[in-house]
Amino acid sequence: MAIIERPADTTTTVAPVEEAAPVTATSSYGYLRRPVESTGWRSWAFTVDHKKIGIMYGVVAMFFFIVGGLEAGLIRLQLAGPEGTVLSADKYNQMFTMHATTMVFLFVMPMAAAFANYFIPLQIGARDVAFPRMNALSFWVFLFGGIFLNTSWFLGGAADGGWFMYAPNSDVPFSPTNGVDFWALGLQITGIASLVGAINLITTVLNMRAPGMSLMKMPIFTWMAFVTQMLLLFAIPVITVALFLLMFQRSYDATFFSVEAGADPLLWQHLFWIFGHPEVYIIVLPSFGIVSEVLPVFSKKPLFGYTFVVFSGAAIGFVGWGVWAHHMFASGLGPVSVAVFSVAPLAIDVIFGGAVLGLFAGMYYWWPKVFGKTLSESWGKWNFWLMIIGMNLTFGPMHIIGLQGQPRRMYQWTENRAGEGFFNLGMWNLVATIGTFVLIVGVALFFINAIWIHRRQPVAPLDPWDARTLEWLTTNPPKPHNFDRTPTVHALDEVFHRKYEDVGEGDSHEYVQRSTLDELVLEEEAQADAHIHLPAPSYWPIVLAFGLPIMAYGVIYTTWLIVLGAAIVVAALFGWALEPADAEDADFDPPAAGGESTSKELANV
Amino acid sequence: MSDIVADAPEAVEDHAADHGDHGGHGAHGGHHTSLGLSNTKLAMWLFLGSECLLFGGLISTYMLYRNRQGSGPSPDQLWDIPFTSASSFVLLMSSLTMVLAVSAAGRKDDRNTNLWLTVTAVLGGLFVAGQVYEFTTFYREGLGYTDSLFASSFYTLTGFHGVHVSIGIIMLLATVGMVAKNRISGDKAETIEMVGLYWHFVDIVWIIIFTLVYLIPA
Repeated sequence: MAIIERPADTTTTVAPVEEAAPVTATSSYGYLRRPVESTGWRSWAFTVDHKKIGIMYGVVAMFFFIVGGLEAGLIRLQLAGPEGTVLSADKYNQMFTMHATTMVFLFVMPMAAAFANYFIPLQIGARDVAFPRMNALSFWVFLFGGIFLNTSWFLGGAADGGWFMYAPNSDVPFSPTNGVDFWALGLQITGIASLVGAINLITTVLNMRAPGMSLMKMPIFTWMAFVTQMLLLFAIPVITVALFLLMFQRSYDATFFSVEAGADPLLWQHLFWIFGHPEVYIIVLPSFGIVSEVLPVFSKKPLFGYTFVVFSGAAIGFVGWGVWAHHMFASGLGPVSVAVFSVAPLAIDVIFGGAVLGLFAGMYYWWPKVFGKTLSESWGKWNFWLMIIGMNLTFGPMHIIGLQGQPRRMYQWTENRAGEGFFNLGMWNLVATIGTFVLIVGVALFFINAIWIHRRQPVAPLDPWDARTLEWLTTNPPKPHNFDRTPTVHALDEVFHRKYEDVGEGDSHEYVQRSTLDELVLEEEAQADAHIHLPAPSYWPIVLAFGLPIMAYGVIYTTWLIVLGAAIVVAALFGWALEPADAEDADFDPPAAGGESTSKELANV
Repeated sequence: MSDIVADAPEAVEDHAADHGDHGGHGAHGGHHTSLGLSNTKLAMWLFLGSECLLFGGLISTYMLYRNRQGSGPSPDQLWDIPFTSASSFVLLMSSLTMVLAVSAAGRKDDRNTNLWLTVTAVLGGLFVAGQVYEFTTFYREGLGYTDSLFASSFYTLTGFHGVHVSIGIIMLLATVGMVAKNRISGDKAETIEMVGLYWHFVDIVWIIIFTLVYLIPA
């Protein structure tokens, strides 16, 4: 809910409040009254609360994780035995393309966005992100883009060119269905979501920090998420150019990648990997941040070499731009490496081990923060062990399979070329398939843990892990306004230093607990700010986002849909611009009473 | 970085004072920010940084393909340097009028703000009209969008820029309307400054495109 009304007497020093002149018109701006619901689906659809948006990001990302996981399951079933018949060659191509696309763009990136959205404002002591409406916009654009991309399954077949969609294989003669069109347009839409999110979160980190929260006092997750957003800011426009050229090639007969027209298909590879290499860090850095957040808490020590870790993360952010060509082994740029066939599955292995496990660590660590209850530890252990065993069973054999010469994208392998003994392809393919299903069971345990077991869990203590960072200095789950009093930060690991006092002398440190987190939170409540300003919900983000896939369908099917979609986007933009930054009394239904005791102010968006 | 560290604690005192100013917004949107730069301005700079790479990709594509004209006409047969120089000059002048609009907005002079915003939009419109005329002429001379790699990459690059200018014109005209009806939410001078940042950026990109595409011989 947008407004926080707090009795004026909760604090001794109340700043004088000037009320704006009373407004009688209920729609003196824009076209619609502001949404005000605090319950039901409307409270989610029109929300601008970074915590609700973070949860929605997480739920949708998990949904696409299931979709991508089922696609992986089908791929491995097809390859489990010789001459598999589960999928046709065509469906197999679509499956591996959409599996990778879904996992990268619709699971790992939005899942990282979920954590970043939820925890960056909390970790830096802010009430929300810098641009709450734009935050909602990036979520809805991502969701509609992901749905748009996946409707290709029902409209003639999905993209089938592999997730890096090399030219000229991506051109109409080689991929005549609309799959690649859906892919190119869908990723442009999700790219808009990433770009808007990046601008918003970078501004938030740079500008919305609580007093005393200098850059080098920021929790490490916020740092890594910040570097990730910087990478996105500069990587997304490059892939956007590539996708645009591809769209014009396929939909409007340009020849940017046609060899027969004298084009260099390598242009695609350069543009793609200038984006793609930073993308690898975009995928893993948030997880590095989560792991670096979790380990110190459970080791009961500060993060070793915090400064070094921060600068390493920032260095990755720079160096990641110079090395894209190492993805182009087979392009003729340099010596062709035979090892490429084993490097590729290794890369998936690293991404899965580096990114996915880190994200799950974040789930378990922050679950009580977000939902007020811990997840079951015993189910969690089963979840972890099955995932780690399944992951190694799945990706380990692929190194052998690759060295034995089975290309990644052949939809069948044959018994008579499978080899013998330890290096028999058949055995290792079967092991990899079994591994995948172990992995799927492991992930299923997480869902059971999160949805059913979770209900029986007792309410978690306020500080279940003896945590160190600022997001814990509030209730579980946090109130809509995050902090009762805007915290003033004095140290890295602020919450730890509020709980513990250093009684060591000279260079030796000895920490003695002086207070519990419950006491600290009570203290904050007692000294709550009198007037808390929160952004009000808005219709326009979801409306604007809705126009984009309509335009994209128009590019594929019929031009008037482009016009319709653009009209929705423009109308929403004007509604957005005309919606005042301040919610007025008349915006609320029933109209909120004016007076000295309440304040309803919005962030200036 | 160190001045950020030193800067932050001052906000402690500021905070209570912030609440008094809730109807209107001060120079920084009425909200204290860690860098002292308003959120909107920072975000606009970030967006423009991102746009640099967008145009960087498009310009690279053009530079790669500009000598691949197939059997179609080549740049020296097509370019009308005096004409494009004139339309470039018009666009450059629009940056001057934009500065005048921003300056008038800083003085809270609505009348002149709107005057200069309108002039800027008209100059931008002239530029776009010139581009439409130029495209039509090139098309008549045999340079269709799909005729050669040179043609596709030329139209894509300059077309992208033209769309940016057109969006800028819509922003300018919308701002004129909102200033006239006093419907700008937030800080008026800053809103106009934001439009100005975008407009200057689009201008600078055109200087690069004009130099690389028209002036340097292929």
